[in-house]
Amino acid sequence: MADQSPIHGVVADFDSPDTLLDAVKAARAKGYTKMEAYTPFPIHGIDEAMGAKQSILGYIVLCGSVTGFTTAVLLQWWTGTIAYPLVISGKPLFAFEFGFPIIFELTVLLSAFGAVFGMLGLNGLPRLNHPIFNYSGVAGSSDDRFLLVIEASDRNFDVTATREFLSTLGAEKLEVIEA
Amino acid sequence: MADLTFDPKDVAQLSPSLVDGRPSLHDVTEAVSIHTEIETHRNWYIALAISGSVTLLLGSMLAYLVATGIGVWGNNNPVGWGWDITNFVFWIGIGHAGTLISAILFLFRQKWRTSINRFAEAMTLFAVACAGIYPLVHVGRPWRAYWLFPIPNADLNMWQNFRSPLLWDVFAVSTYATVSALFWYVGLIPDLATIRDRATTKLRHTIYGIASLGWRGSATHWKNYEKAYMILAGLSTPLVLSVHTIVSFDFAVSIIPGWHTTIFPPYFVAGAIFSGFAMVITLMVIARWVFKVEHLVTITHLENMNKVILATGTIVGYAYATEFFIAWYSGNPYEMYTFVNRAMGPYAWAYWTMVSCNVISPQFFWFKKLRTSIPFMFVLSIFVNIGMWFERFVIIATSLHRDFLPSSWGYFRPTIVDILTFFGTFGLFITLFVFFTRFLPIIAVSEVKGMMIQAEHEKHYLPATTGSTEPVKVH
Repeated sequence: MADQSPIHGVVADFDSPDTLLDAVKAARAKGYTKMEAYTPFPIHGIDEAMGAKQSILGYIVLCGSVTGFTTAVLLQWWTGTIAYPLVISGKPLFAFEFGFPIIFELTVLLSAFGAVFGMLGLNGLPRLNHPIFNYSGVAGSSDDRFLLVIEASDRNFDVTATREFLSTLGAEKLEVIEA
Repeated sequence: MADLTFDPKDVAQLSPSLVDGRPSLHDVTEAVSIHTEIETHRNWYIALAISGSVTLLLGSMLAYLVATGIGVWGNNNPVGWGWDITNFVFWIGIGHAGTLISAILFLFRQKWRTSINRFAEAMTLFAVACAGIYPLVHVGRPWRAYWLFPIPNADLNMWQNFRSPLLWDVFAVSTYATVSALFWYVGLIPDLATIRDRATTKLRHTIYGIASLGWRGSATHWKNYEKAYMILAGLSTPLVLSVHTIVSFDFAVSIIPGWHTTIFPPYFVAGAIFSGFAMVITLMVIARWVFKVEHLVTITHLENMNKVILATGTIVGYAYATEFFIAWYSGNPYEMYTFVNRAMGPYAWAYWTMVSCNVISPQFFWFKKLRTSIPFMFVLSIFVNIGMWFERFVIIATSLHRDFLPSSWGYFRPTIVDILTFFGTFGLFITLFVFFTRFLPIIAVSEVKGMMIQAEHEKHYLPATTGSTEPVKVH
């Protein structure tokens, strides 16, 4: 935390995705920017409501694809023409026609690595603990509860005022959580 | 836009019976998680004991094979590929339905796939594990199997022949196995977090905590997750088509009459989906009853899968006819002989078993009454499984057993080792399922919940179609 505060933020616990979404919009309107929602499944339109940027995962995957493609071409070309040239059935030492299956497979493989490990990397996973797990009702967020946390690093954050504000949004439970 | 949630217009197409009886979100968590939490049932141990013994049989057959040599199988000259390659193609084909359900139906926004995709993906993984055994031991000296991969090593002193479809197959199958495992695991992460959060003991909390990698379902998490899931689905779709295409290249790129045909790639892919869906039906009919999730895996799901079986089965039948037509039309006497021999030669019994199971039996699914009858579809799915095994056997054995010269004609008979090894792979397959259904959520909890909420939204705009009009209770 930038301000070394022992407080991570205030959590508001909602019972439906709609009230959560309304709360996110209200918090944005109020000027809060550092917030995070915790939900059991992805909520349609929450990124837009929170003003979150698009995921950059696609670029990571593209790097994987290019690496896979290049590796497969170089591997087949180098082994076939330089390291171990051997004429078999009169076929050329290297050609894209017979090289294609392996080029395709390695491109897919490394793109998939990019997608999975890139996703984990962007999400900061694996991770041993996180302040949200200090919230007493956190288990609900993977079951049927919808949490909104306004973080202490937000410049408009004030424990009492933020708590007060969140209580007006229909949260069934409010809690200040430690960092 | 890449996301897992629903547009209202998708939900309009959603059958209200995909999630029956309007359970609450918590009910869904409960229904899916509970079977990993209750005390282990005595029947589970019985199931494990039976399937485990069969797996041990597989292990002993493989040990005997490796210790003695390929001669313990029925493979001979000219039938150099016997049950080993038949079983390899059989198992890998079964796996394809899982990827089809998880990836292709996802991209086509077929929302009904949601409650069956986890199970089908597990089936893919376990089937690929069974398939992988065969080429590994078929090489004769499996301790040298790493020679298949382009690893610089001192004892080989040469590089692989990248012009060979067999090497393409190595890359295709290993990529497929890896990507399927990743796709499956990514889908599992949020659900493992759900089980972690429900854990009552420290040990469970730790194990599922590690397995879920610290997932916390934040909006940021979901954003990257949805993107990753969409990309993986997009990658898996051409991948699954490529895998069976390349498997068919093992045959089609050769010059054996009966194998050397351009129809093989689409025909193999259709057959793979056909057999895979039949296996999903076989397993799902049992699982939904054993784990009491009939309200999540409904008759509509099963009926949709039966429609896929009907469609792909008809494509397979059409491919059989095309093969015969092209053999005749080619004017090539060897090609013509192979096909006449296939239908009327020493393997006619296998050929007509295949035709009855694969071409005739799925046609019953034109009738809605039969398509929605659980006992009927169960029996029929087993027929399809048998038929598709025979298809691979027929392609391999009938094309090889009568070589160009009558002096090199032969007949393939499986040995007891062949039979027990094949039987043993079912043990492995079932054992992996027994573990899966005990320790992991068999239904994608977060996806089902997302679907329910959106469906509920839509109800406010649509006239109630069937069932209760009470809104979803979100607690």
